[in-house]
Amino acid sequence: MLGACFVSGIFLMAFDPTLAAVRFGSGLSPRHDLPQDVGAVLADVQRPFGFDIPGFDEARPTIRDFQIAGSARRKAEGTDDEARAKQAYRDVRTAANIAHNDALQATMARHIAGPLGFKARLASFWADHFTVKLRNSTQTHLVTPFVEDAIVPHLDGNFRDMLRAVVIHPMMLLYLQQAQSAGPNSVVGQRRRRGINENLARELLELHTLGAGGPYTQSDVRQLAELLTGLTYTTKQGFFFHKRMAEPGAETVLGVTYDRVDSLANILTAIDDIADHPQTARHIAFKLAQDFIADDPPAAMVDAMAAVYQRSGGDLLAVYSAMLDHPTAWDMPLRKIKTPFRFITSGLRALGMTSSEVVALTDPMIRNTIVRPLRVMGQPWERPAGPDGWPEISETWISPQGMAGRITWAMQAPRRLLQGGVPDPRDFVQTALGALATQDVIFAASSAEIREEGVGLVLSAPAFQRS
Amino acid sequence: MERRQFLTRVAALGCSAAASPLFTPVALAAAPWDTRLVVIILRGAMDGLDVFRPVGDPHYAALRPTLRQGTLDLTGFFGMHSALSPLMPLWNRGEMGAVHAVSTPYRDKRSHFDGQDILEAGSIGDNEPIRDGWLNRMLQTVPGVTGETAFAIGRDQPLIMTGDAPAARWSPEAELSLSPQAERLLSLIHADDPLFQSASADAMRIAQSVEMAAQMGAAANDEMMADPMMAAVRSSAEHVKLAEFAAARLREDTRIASFSVTGWDTHLNQKGGLRNALGRLSDTILTLRAGLGPVWDNTAVLCLTEFGRTAAENGTQGTNHGTGGAMIYAGGALNGGRILGDWPGLAEADLYNRRDLLPTRDVRAYPAWVMHSLMGVKRRAIETAIFPGLVMGTNPRIVG
Repeated sequence: MLGACFVSGIFLMAFDPTLAAVRFGSGLSPRHDLPQDVGAVLADVQRPFGFDIPGFDEARPTIRDFQIAGSARRKAEGTDDEARAKQAYRDVRTAANIAHNDALQATMARHIAGPLGFKARLASFWADHFTVKLRNSTQTHLVTPFVEDAIVPHLDGNFRDMLRAVVIHPMMLLYLQQAQSAGPNSVVGQRRRRGINENLARELLELHTLGAGGPYTQSDVRQLAELLTGLTYTTKQGFFFHKRMAEPGAETVLGVTYDRVDSLANILTAIDDIADHPQTARHIAFKLAQDFIADDPPAAMVDAMAAVYQRSGGDLLAVYSAMLDHPTAWDMPLRKIKTPFRFITSGLRALGMTSSEVVALTDPMIRNTIVRPLRVMGQPWERPAGPDGWPEISETWISPQGMAGRITWAMQAPRRLLQGGVPDPRDFVQTALGALATQDVIFAASSAEIREEGVGLVLSAPAFQRS
Repeated sequence: MERRQFLTRVAALGCSAAASPLFTPVALAAAPWDTRLVVIILRGAMDGLDVFRPVGDPHYAALRPTLRQGTLDLTGFFGMHSALSPLMPLWNRGEMGAVHAVSTPYRDKRSHFDGQDILEAGSIGDNEPIRDGWLNRMLQTVPGVTGETAFAIGRDQPLIMTGDAPAARWSPEAELSLSPQAERLLSLIHADDPLFQSASADAMRIAQSVEMAAQMGAAANDEMMADPMMAAVRSSAEHVKLAEFAAARLREDTRIASFSVTGWDTHLNQKGGLRNALGRLSDTILTLRAGLGPVWDNTAVLCLTEFGRTAAENGTQGTNHGTGGAMIYAGGALNGGRILGDWPGLAEADLYNRRDLLPTRDVRAYPAWVMHSLMGVKRRAIETAIFPGLVMGTNPRIVG
């Protein structure tokens, strides 16, 4: 038995189906067979997702819809039309809230529906790596569309392409305030006395590519910020390169000089160069290994993944493959802690909830059994503290309050979510944990006074919470 | 496991719970000192120059062409942002003040995350990242600290309270109520994993004590709403709930509380963003004051931010990440009605890197003097263990 192997210190060195589903997937499910080899794990990345999520351009309401309804409401103040205009604005807001929940449900369904859920895990990983947040309530429902546009198409592609797509996406330009940044010597800068905003340039180096402590200086940040001027977004035109905002002249970033020809092509070349930087390879390899393997992944594994990144020019499938082929992927004990979102999705998966049941949940149900519990557990949906996303260090999740949130969800949510009632805990301990079931958990599941508590105990067990 | 073994373990758990000092109110009441310390982290980098405005500095107006409206006079040289007007009565009574031109030792990279880490770690950390916070290291120097002495409140787990000393963390939204049988079985399945074991034991204890306090606190709440200054607090948003919860804990056995107020990263249209953030901070301080009642006289509230912002406005009516900034303080135990610190001036040559307000003192010196004067923490412990590398220097007389 797998758990026993860890306890007795005999480490598995080869592919293990249960480990594959828990470490790399969204967990065990009574509806899916376990993967049998690394090939099956990699193949998951190339499966179509299903459960459509609109991109930014298709998502409704648009930011413009909010602006129009908002200005109509202001104009109508004090007139006969006031009540109607207020209601019209509320309707737009309601539509945004519904769209926000729909996107959450589709994202959850992707974790639950697939045979493995590796692709869904990767989407979560990259969405976190490139965290964007709403800047105001007109953008509540537009974070998932950002992920759909900029992340999902490149999950099995090249890091360069993902980075390009992220950097020019309206939600990133708005979140890190690139859309307003104008070169002080550009036409717009001169006429309207606008200036540089360094936010995106800084996070591009610190979070997205080289990493904090990487080989860059304040001058690199400044020059990259000047180079990025011209990337902008307006509600009427969408994303575009606005030459009149671009700072004229050459910029030198990480030792490479970009002769300013005031073009998008020049910016994309710089993005490619930063993506190809050896430190980017290391940073990306480290973060992937930290998310999937261990808080403090062994250097040898990170080195192997970084080498493949560099050799392949940022081919992500090759980097995942290097991670899965490394012996550490199969001999490292399961010491990570699932994030609250993973805890809930893997819980629903283990409970046998179908993706169509997840999609059909009502908004109040989503609020009470998903959105609020995520907040108590410390991971409010799409609202991390800042652009560095959610903490990777496992212990941060298991605070008394986080634990209270997890236990309370485990005991109460399954009964409310499952139409057919909760499963028999004695069976559930096997479907949820398989080879990871320990004697204590098997005993607890069979000793609970009521079914809900038995199921809740299984979900509360370290064997289920760790991965 | 055999049934009999299980029963033995359950019995053992039962005994230890009954004997635990955590379950006896008398033991809970024992605390190492009587004064209260509240540390509020202002995440996002508060613009000290816009909150405490150096209107007497000849260069101020030119640096801040659009960000000068609505100033309340404080000292003639300094004015205060009008969004803090509800705190004016506290200023007049000497229960609120500020320190200007201060920063942590963090320089140049101006990253929120590194800046906040260093602020909360209380140290720059030479090579490896620091994993514990200065409030926690302070607790480690004091004998008699229990799980309730210090409380980190809210949804995030702040580094400032993280470390080897026991410290509780809770959000007003959390709950935990289990049947006795489920509680016993949970203890069993968590017993082999120390992280889960301690978190779930703490969760059950805190949930019980919060429940008890809620029942006893109804009367105190009525008193609080009768406070005339609470009329200025309109919001019942999360920050008010955090402050109410903190005050309720601090009225009991808790001596240290920490939480965050966010929304200070005003790169764009600072006027609106800063007004909202200051409104939240002012609500927070007034709620603490009303909730603490007479305990306010023994309380120090310190509001710290990771760094200041650029001396000059940027091109989007906001400010970028800078260096020197301000610390706000309040509480009956402190000596307010003053702007402390040495003013460096805003002439270009006086700025740090010709860009940011020059820090003239390490901001850590102020919590250091508060801990020393108010709680009797030894200078040596502060300068070596709590804030390694800090030289406390002369007494700024922040404690009155």
